[in-house]
Amino acid sequence: MILLQLFISFFQVGLFSVGGGYAAIPLIQSQIVDMRGLMTLEEFTDLITIAEMTPGSIAINSATFVGTRIAGPAGAAICTLGCILPSFIICLILAYVYYKYRTMTGVQTVLSALRPAVVALIASAGMSILILALFNGDKSSVSAQNLRWVEAVLFVAGFIVLRKFKVNPILVIFGTGIIGTVIYLII
Amino acid sequence: MKTNGKSKGKMLWQLFASTFILSASTFGGGFVIVSLMKEKFVEKLKWIDEEEMLDITAIAQSSPGPIPINASIILGYRMHGLVGALVAVLGTTLPPVIIISIIAVFYDWFRENKYISVALQVMRAGVAAVIFDVVWKLTENVVATKRILYMAVMIIAFIATFFLGVSAMIIIFACIIIGVADFLLNIKGRKETKG
Repeated sequence: MILLQLFISFFQVGLFSVGGGYAAIPLIQSQIVDMRGLMTLEEFTDLITIAEMTPGSIAINSATFVGTRIAGPAGAAICTLGCILPSFIICLILAYVYYKYRTMTGVQTVLSALRPAVVALIASAGMSILILALFNGDKSSVSAQNLRWVEAVLFVAGFIVLRKFKVNPILVIFGTGIIGTVIYLII
Repeated sequence: MKTNGKSKGKMLWQLFASTFILSASTFGGGFVIVSLMKEKFVEKLKWIDEEEMLDITAIAQSSPGPIPINASIILGYRMHGLVGALVAVLGTTLPPVIIISIIAVFYDWFRENKYISVALQVMRAGVAAVIFDVVWKLTENVVATKRILYMAVMIIAFIATFFLGVSAMIIIFACIIIGVADFLLNIKGRKETKG
């Protein structure tokens, strides 16, 4: 019975967290922390920290964490499934519609106006991460004295390597992680 | 897409392996995986074109749920219908589930480990480099359209999200309206030139 409740809770989290990432936080808090008391606020705060440190979204992380604790691997599977199911159904429908109509002139014109905006959204996310990397804070912390030189050099080096030599981006991500850690250990 | 059994199996395996690896490397949120997906599925495997990737991103952002999950469902559907969607979503979901299951046990050690926190901080520089590389190419292509409208949309959308904190949903919605207006004006323009 508890598993069914969990499934329904995380189904709602999945269904109503439009916009991804941080949009899910208040929802999980009301569904899992406040209403059902399945997790303490402290545990939830820790989960947000983990979500920032690891690949994977806060919603999936919370689902796995709560599910594991209450019913082991089966619980994790059920909660995660509940969390993903709404996305799965809605995205399948949208994908079907998209691939059916995307060659139509009208749809093409609308999508063409949308694509530059998507580029801007990706650029904006990139800027936020760059500032976080170089100044360890948000826009307000940007200043010459806050600049972290190691990260700045790694960013420029990574960018050049990617553009000039077309290196696998995953190598660049983990490469900067390893090289940067070694540099910080030495200095 | 008509393929024989063997290459179908190979394609599904590639789909699973790619989404699994990309998901395991996605530090820093939804748009990071979109950058990685573009490199992998557009440039490397050439399964889809760049415009399709941008469309998938817009749909993924507008649907409920995490962007990586949504994008992989749509991509999987494109490659092999319902089965493809299932394979791709499994590949994307497994890494965070595995990682959380492990970290939940060693959380205190993980949080207090100095090396891990340094590595995670410096890794962001690499993530930023990857996104900027992708954005660079995408911007070149927007400029190559030579349409002032698209360049204006890109610049204004960037200012609105980055500096003014306007939500992505509003940006996408506004651009759909702009696109519809553009389409209607085109039809009108064509009629006038005809008549």
